[in-house]
Amino acid sequence: MKERLEQLKQEALQKVDQATDVQGLKDVRVEYLGKKGPITEVLRGMGKLSKEERPVIGQLANEVRESIAEAIDSKQSRLEDEALEKQLEEESIDVTLPGRPVQVGGPHLLTSIVEEIEDLFIGMGFEIKEGPEVETDYYNFEALNLPKGHPARDMQDSFYVTEELLMRTHTSPVQARTMGQKNGQEPVKMICPGKVYRRDTDDATHSHQFTQMEGLLVDKDVRMSDLKGVLNTFAKQMFGEDRDIRLRPSFFPFTEPSVEMDISCKMCGGEGCSVCKQTGWIEILGAGMVHPNVLEMAGYDPEEYSGFAFGMGPERIAMLKYGVDDIRHFYTNDSRFLKQYHKA
Amino acid sequence: MLVSLNWLNELIDVSDYTPEELAEIITKTGIEVEGVDPVAEAATGVVVGYVKSCGQHPNADKLSLCQVDVGEETLQIVCGAPNIAEGQKVAVATPGAVLPGNFKIKKTKLRGEESNGMICSLQELGVDEKDVPEEYKEGIFVFPENVEPGQDAIKLLNLDDKIIELGLTPNRADAMSMAGVAYEVAAAIDGSYTLEEEQLDTVEEPASNYVSVQVEDAEANPYYGAFVIQDVQVGPSPLWIQNRLTASGIRPINNVVDITNYVLLEYGQPLHAFDFDRFGSDQIVTRRAKDGEVIKTLDDQERTLTPEHLVITNGEEAHAIAGVMGGAKSEVQDDTKTILLEAAYFSPSVVRQSSSDHGLRSESSTRFEKGVDPNRVERAGKRAAELLQKYAGGTVLQGVVSFDELDRSEKQVTIETSVINKRLGTEISPEEIGQILRRLQFTFVQDGEVFHISAPTRRGDIERFEDMLEEVARIYGYDNLPFTLPQGASQAGGLSLNQQLKRKIKAYFEGAGLDETITYSLTKEDWATKLVSPEVEREAVSPVGLAMPMSEEHSHLRLSQLPEMLQSLSYNVARKQNDLAYYEVGTVFISEEENVTKQPREVLRASGALTGQWLAHPWQQEKKEVDFFVVKGIVEGLSELLDIPFEYEKGKLPDMHPGRTAIIKAGGKEIGFIGQVHPKLQKAFGLKETYVFDLNAEELMSQYEKEEAFQTIPRYPSVSRDIALVVDETVAAGDIAATIEEAGAPLVKDVQVFDLYQGEHMEEGKKSLAYNLLYLDPNRTLKDEEVEAAHENILNAVKEQHKAELRS
Repeated sequence: MKERLEQLKQEALQKVDQATDVQGLKDVRVEYLGKKGPITEVLRGMGKLSKEERPVIGQLANEVRESIAEAIDSKQSRLEDEALEKQLEEESIDVTLPGRPVQVGGPHLLTSIVEEIEDLFIGMGFEIKEGPEVETDYYNFEALNLPKGHPARDMQDSFYVTEELLMRTHTSPVQARTMGQKNGQEPVKMICPGKVYRRDTDDATHSHQFTQMEGLLVDKDVRMSDLKGVLNTFAKQMFGEDRDIRLRPSFFPFTEPSVEMDISCKMCGGEGCSVCKQTGWIEILGAGMVHPNVLEMAGYDPEEYSGFAFGMGPERIAMLKYGVDDIRHFYTNDSRFLKQYHKA
Repeated sequence: MLVSLNWLNELIDVSDYTPEELAEIITKTGIEVEGVDPVAEAATGVVVGYVKSCGQHPNADKLSLCQVDVGEETLQIVCGAPNIAEGQKVAVATPGAVLPGNFKIKKTKLRGEESNGMICSLQELGVDEKDVPEEYKEGIFVFPENVEPGQDAIKLLNLDDKIIELGLTPNRADAMSMAGVAYEVAAAIDGSYTLEEEQLDTVEEPASNYVSVQVEDAEANPYYGAFVIQDVQVGPSPLWIQNRLTASGIRPINNVVDITNYVLLEYGQPLHAFDFDRFGSDQIVTRRAKDGEVIKTLDDQERTLTPEHLVITNGEEAHAIAGVMGGAKSEVQDDTKTILLEAAYFSPSVVRQSSSDHGLRSESSTRFEKGVDPNRVERAGKRAAELLQKYAGGTVLQGVVSFDELDRSEKQVTIETSVINKRLGTEISPEEIGQILRRLQFTFVQDGEVFHISAPTRRGDIERFEDMLEEVARIYGYDNLPFTLPQGASQAGGLSLNQQLKRKIKAYFEGAGLDETITYSLTKEDWATKLVSPEVEREAVSPVGLAMPMSEEHSHLRLSQLPEMLQSLSYNVARKQNDLAYYEVGTVFISEEENVTKQPREVLRASGALTGQWLAHPWQQEKKEVDFFVVKGIVEGLSELLDIPFEYEKGKLPDMHPGRTAIIKAGGKEIGFIGQVHPKLQKAFGLKETYVFDLNAEELMSQYEKEEAFQTIPRYPSVSRDIALVVDETVAAGDIAATIEEAGAPLVKDVQVFDLYQGEHMEEGKKSLAYNLLYLDPNRTLKDEEVEAAHENILNAVKEQHKAELRS
């Protein structure tokens, strides 16, 4: 009987081994382990055995049963895996074909630059202020120490709407307005970005509409060295830690002293090249200490309060930073231009 | 201002510096140097030659055959210039010479005759055409007598000079003269310079015997000085004067004119020389011009004047427009014998008015406009008289005949060292400040840390403490200021809620696949009123126009961003970029006045314009043109993002497709519109189907409520039911949905259309709409009967209100 069981086991395992599909395995399972199968038959014949032999054979029969079942299970799982593998293989696709497109939009390069600068100054405790694009002559000029007939009004020929209203020529009126709202008492710490307009014929370097961004800090005991420190922080964050700045004298009617800020040229590292016109420096912005007339007109006592202001052109910064060669690109909205700067 | 380095070096020793170093120093202390350039391209091997003989070339009519003594030898040279003549001293490029343009001179044969070099014109030596004196424009240059054969012609002509170009800001009028530049450079390099006293010899006879001066408007003309110089001989001026004029960009003309120009450059004081014999009287009267008075100026133009202009007259007729240009009648000519020399102070505003009215900006007017040094006016006259005596053979009569109410006082400014340091953030000592003031040559009285300063009149820009603060700071050096950060109480910077919302809205559009555009606010008059949202249209009486536009393209302020956005689409489509999805958040300008007197209201709007393919996926054969619902989806997304429900009502707007346009409302207010651009307008822009939207971003911001309380996530299951209805095709799906929501409240939480069918198996004029309804009670599980009841209610309502039948 023992031999019979061993033989059955060998037979069964061999058949399992030979089975090539799940159905074949099912057949083996029915044939050997089914209710009418040979092992069941052996077990039925156990009655004829002696008391001593009965448990031994019973145990052996169970072992044989289990090992066959185990072999079938393992083979079945292998066959299933193979079948799945085959099926998945058949489902394979060309992964190099393009995916279903997602429409990707992005900000205008000028917006990216403006927001970058905004965030940088917000980090230094500045607020963002906005003001009207159609300004009064008073806020655009007079409140900024540019009385009627002042020669510096020539510097920025303007689009007038009426004698008293014009398209603002700079964002400085926002400074005058903001100061005016404080009644000459509280400190002001602000950045004002916006569109400005001048009587220029549009060409590669001129645009009748462009963007300006100005900053103003008014408080007790503001020093020119503070201006230098703030601009240095700005320049390093905006253009890179390895950049140096320098201030050199200039003139604006609303600041005194007035300076222009240059940064060291990235192209040549200050050695002089065509980008920096051999000087090693690139002009970035104008700045200065707020003119006492401007403070006075806004209601601040220039003996007690002082401040600094600075202004820059995001177009120019974009042109320097990204090598944009024609200012008109910012306003024609060529989609190839717009898409190019999504990551900016 | 063009500064000759050779000239400057004679005024103040700058030989220790390379031109580039000097430029850097000048830039950092005060005035931006815009360039350092050679006066002419380099040339070598050019010497003075004496034309010993000059005859006709045997084989060529237009050529001469010359024997030229160049010092060590005599060369035979063939010359084609019409003005070559025996006895001249000329510039000769000897064999081996290199002229500008890398033009190498070699021995050669011309028409059979040996030519051992070239006799040069100024142009060939690199002088700018405009700076070449009239008489040498068509030929070779001829040196004056006092040069020797063999001398270096390049040096003699000052062509080895370098020109420093200064970019002057309006406050630095003082640097519009060589003297001013020398003072500035002296301060910058701590050198020394003083404008030398004039050396004028006069005869006994006073000028007042010949001329009188009368000024009618002392405010416009506080000083007028007249010098009389007799027996002048008009001819070429000395080479050094010509050279310095040329280097400064002024063309030499004759000695008299050159000398007035030379003094203009040297002192910064414009002068004018009249031919006294042609002046026509012995009295000078300066006055306001009469209305309609006419003068023919030096450039042969007839100019009509008004009382806003000041003229110099002989008592009757005008002989010059003060400070701008002389008259043709009394112009100095070759036969002029007596010079009436004017040295005057004209008020900046009067000169500015004249020069701008007549479009005449001259070396004179630009200096008067900025204000000349009152203490240098008469001195400049003396200096010119001195030079006329030396270089034009003139006899200077004694004295200056003048009218004089000129304020020559120096401005007094007091500065305290401690305040300077407080404003700059520095620790400059009083000694250093004293040193800086000495470098600037400002006179001062020091009282401990306090300085009482008299600002020289050449520096008209110094008026108050802050001006001196700048002087001290720039000479001390901005490089020497420390880097500090503001000490004041720090405030939290940040964006206002509206600024945050603006960024949020923009980010949403970008996430939805739109690119941001920035278009012009100033547009064509015709476009300014196109595609305007109805609520803007009602408010704005007419678009705001510029008083004096530069072009029709940019003459009016926009009432809608869309026309310029369509222009951007059109620009791209013309360049074969057909699939475009743009948005812009910007301002429109609304005025309620016909004739604007007040600032227009500036309203922020969010607009979009889309055309072409939307999310095409070609290899899967999926193509989708942008349509109304693509764009509406984008707008609906914004509504959802801001949690502001939008209502859409079919509407008709000019320039929009009459069947595919909706007015958008929020909170019961009209806030914008959406739809297809009218095919006629599309065509005008060269566009195919184009869809737009335009929303009042400011209104959206004001309706926005920042959600603060947490809304519980429902714990109980919702029940979903579908309903298919047959209605007349004119019934709007949105209206039915609204009815369903109303009738199903409060259990119905969401209604979505999931099918629209028209056509086969459907009665003519009818359509089928299928909705999916979501029922929910947040507090418990709904029972079937409750849902049934609500559903029944809804069916009754749509039947009643829209004649809707349940689709069988």
